[in-house]
Amino acid sequence: MIKGYAGKVLRINLTNRRSQVSPTPESWVKEYLGGRGFIARAFWDEIKPGIDPLGPENKLMMAPGPYSGQFLSSTGKLHMGCLSPATGGYGDSNMGGHMSLELKQAGIDLLILEGAADQPVTITIDDGNVAFRDASAYWEANTFDSERHLKEELGEEWQIMVIGPGAIHGVVYACIQHDFGRQAGRTGVGTVMASKKIKAVAVRGTKDINLADPKTMLAEGEKFMSLVMGQPGFREWQPYGTPEVVPWASKQNVMPTRNFQCGQIEGFTGLDGPTMKAKVTQIDKGCTSCAIPCGKWGNGVLNGKVKPQEGPEYESVALVGSNLGLNNIQEVAYMNGLCDELGLDSISAGSCVAWAMECYEKGILSADELGRPMNFGDGEAAAFMFEQIGYGRGFGKLLGQGVRAAAAKVGKGSEKFAMHIKGLEISGYEARYAPAMMLSYMTCDLGGHHNRSWAVTHDVATGRENMDGKAEKVVWLQHVRPLFDALGCCRFPWVEAAVPVETYASFMEPITGNKWTWDEMLKASERIWNLTRMIWVRHMPGFGRAADQPPYRWAEENHTDGNPNGKHLSHEQIEDLLNRYYALRGWTENGIPTPETLQSLGLEFCVK
Amino acid sequence: MKLALAAEKCSGCRACELVCALDNFSVLNPKKAALRVSGQFPVPGRYTVAFCDQCGSCAEVCPTGCIRQDEKGAWIIHGEECIGCNACVEACPKQVMYLHDDQNGVPIKCTLCGKCMEYCPQAALFDADGTIATRR
Repeated sequence: MIKGYAGKVLRINLTNRRSQVSPTPESWVKEYLGGRGFIARAFWDEIKPGIDPLGPENKLMMAPGPYSGQFLSSTGKLHMGCLSPATGGYGDSNMGGHMSLELKQAGIDLLILEGAADQPVTITIDDGNVAFRDASAYWEANTFDSERHLKEELGEEWQIMVIGPGAIHGVVYACIQHDFGRQAGRTGVGTVMASKKIKAVAVRGTKDINLADPKTMLAEGEKFMSLVMGQPGFREWQPYGTPEVVPWASKQNVMPTRNFQCGQIEGFTGLDGPTMKAKVTQIDKGCTSCAIPCGKWGNGVLNGKVKPQEGPEYESVALVGSNLGLNNIQEVAYMNGLCDELGLDSISAGSCVAWAMECYEKGILSADELGRPMNFGDGEAAAFMFEQIGYGRGFGKLLGQGVRAAAAKVGKGSEKFAMHIKGLEISGYEARYAPAMMLSYMTCDLGGHHNRSWAVTHDVATGRENMDGKAEKVVWLQHVRPLFDALGCCRFPWVEAAVPVETYASFMEPITGNKWTWDEMLKASERIWNLTRMIWVRHMPGFGRAADQPPYRWAEENHTDGNPNGKHLSHEQIEDLLNRYYALRGWTENGIPTPETLQSLGLEFCVK
Repeated sequence: MKLALAAEKCSGCRACELVCALDNFSVLNPKKAALRVSGQFPVPGRYTVAFCDQCGSCAEVCPTGCIRQDEKGAWIIHGEECIGCNACVEACPKQVMYLHDDQNGVPIKCTLCGKCMEYCPQAALFDADGTIATRR
C-alpha cells in the first residue's frame, strides 16, 4: 500500500450487521487523492439514481485524506458524503476535530455505512474490529449528553461522532457532531445517519501510519509551523478566529441581515472578534496538529440562561446572528450552542428561522401559526423556533424540511425570499452585486454554499461592476479549495495566514513516496469537480442551467444599503457569467460536461 | 530542562503527541507518544496534558534496574534489559508510562527530548528552566 494511507476500505452493513474489508484501490489514490475524492468516486459507483435519500439504499461515507493527522498544522479534517436529503443531489460535508487520524489509525481510508438497522445502535470500531451497541437509552439525547455518555462508557481516548434530536426527528439539514462542537453541518449527513438508526460511531485506532520519509516530514512539519506562525495574518486573525471578518463583511454590506434584506446590521461591532474574545471565548480549541486554532470555547447567554459551546464561527454569527436581527454575540453564541445541541446545521436552520421571521413581519404567517410572535431581533423567538425544529414540533416540523419545502407549502409570495440554491440554504455572504461570489454560489456542487469558492473579497478588490476574470477566478478557486477536502486538511493556513498554496504539493512525496506537482493536484481536483457535476446530472432528471440560478431576491431585488445600494446583477450579467463559466469548464450551454471533457479527465465511465 | 504545563493555554491540538512519536519512533502515531492530551467538555471546558515529571518512581520499583537517570535528569528505560514486568507502569503516580502492542512489553516513557515544548504552538507546554524558547 502507498505510504501515508491506512490501506483499507471498511464497509458496514447495518441491515445484517456485517462488515467487510477491502484494499484501498491504488488507482483511486492516484486519481482522487482521498477524502472528498474517494467519496465522489464511491458515490458514483454505489449510490444509484432514483433511490430515497432516507432509505437503506443510500450510503453514508466518510474518508480522511493523505494529509489527515500529519504533524503539519491544521490537518484534522474528515470528509463525509451521501445523497443529500436536503437537496436530492450530491451532498457532502466535512468537520474538524480528531476523528480523521483516529479512523486512519484504525486502518480506514474510506468508511461506507449502508443498509439500515432496525433498532438504534452505536457502532464501535476498535482498530478495525466492528461491534454494535444498543443505543435506545440515549437515542433522543442531545449531542453533548450523548458524546459525554459515550466518552464515559468507552473511555476518553475514543473519538466519537453523534447525532442529535434534529436528525432523529427527520430535519433534512441535521449535523453529525464530533469533539463537542465540531460539526459536519451541511446537506443532511446527520439525517442520513439517523435514517440508518446509527446514533453514534466511536473509533479507537492504535496502528502506525507509515510515512515514506518520516525524517523529512518531521522537518517539514517544523518548518511549516514556523511559516504559519510567522505570517502577519496569523497574529491578526488567530486570537479571534473567523468572526475576525465581521467588520469587513459589514462595511462591504455583504453580511446577511434579516433574511438577506440588507447587508449590514446596526451595531455590528457587537458581533466582531474582539467583542467575542471579551464576552464569550474562554479557551482556544484546536483540531489535530493545528497551530492556528479557530475554535473558541465559551458560554452563550440568553436572558440569564447559559449554554457552553464552541464558537460561534463566522457562518453562525451571520446566519443565527445578523440574519436573525441579533447583534449581541452572547445571544448568538447561545443560538449556536442550541443548534449544536440539537444537531442542526446553524446555516440552514438560521436561514429557515429568518424566513419565518420575515413571513411573520410581512403578515404571511401569524403568531398562532408559528406558535408565538417571531420578530427579527427577538432572541427568545429564535431559540423557541430552533427547539421546535429540533424536536419536530408545531411549525418547526415544516421548517425542518428546509426553506424550499416550507416556502412551497406556505406560498403567498414567500418563495421570493426563500434563500436557497438547489434546495440548500445560502451561507453567510450577500452576493447579489458580487459577480464572482454569485457565480460561486450558483455553481457550487452542494447548492448554496460558499466554501468551494469564497470569492467575495476578489469582487471587492477588482470591482463589483467588473465581469471580466470573475469566471476564471471561480474555476480556479473551485479547484484549489476542494483540494484541501481531498487531502484531508484545513485551508485556513492558506486562506487566513496566507501561506503560499503551492507549498501543499511539497508534502506528498515525503508522506506517500509519490511526487505530485501542484498542477497535477489541481487536475485531480478538476476531475472530482466534474464527477460531482455528473452525479447531479445522473440523479436529477433535467438537471442543467436552470438549477444554477440564484434565488428571486438576488436576481430581482436591489441592495438596500451601503455602497452597492440600489444595485443587483442583471439577468444578462448572470447569464453572461454562466456562459463564460461553462465555456471555461468545457461544459455545454446547458451546463453539462461534454464527453470530450469527461474523457480528458479520465471520467470515461461517466459518458453514457 | 523541566517540562511544565500552562493548561489554560492548551487548545488540545495534540501537536505534542504527534511530534513526540514522530521524533522517537519515526511514525505517525500519537498512541506512541509519552504524554497525553485530554479534554473535559462541555464542563468545565478545558484541556489538560498528562506528562512525566521525572520523579523516578519507575526506577525505584524496576526489578532489573534498567531505568537509569541520564545527564539531563531524564529517567531512561534501557529496553534491552527490560523484562516487561510492568511494575513501573503500575507504580507511575501520574500514569504516564504507556504500553503499546508493537513495543514487546517495553513501556514508552518521556526522555525529556524537549520536542513537545519546542513545538507546542500555544506555549502551553514549556520549559520551566527557560532553556527552550516558546513559540509565543
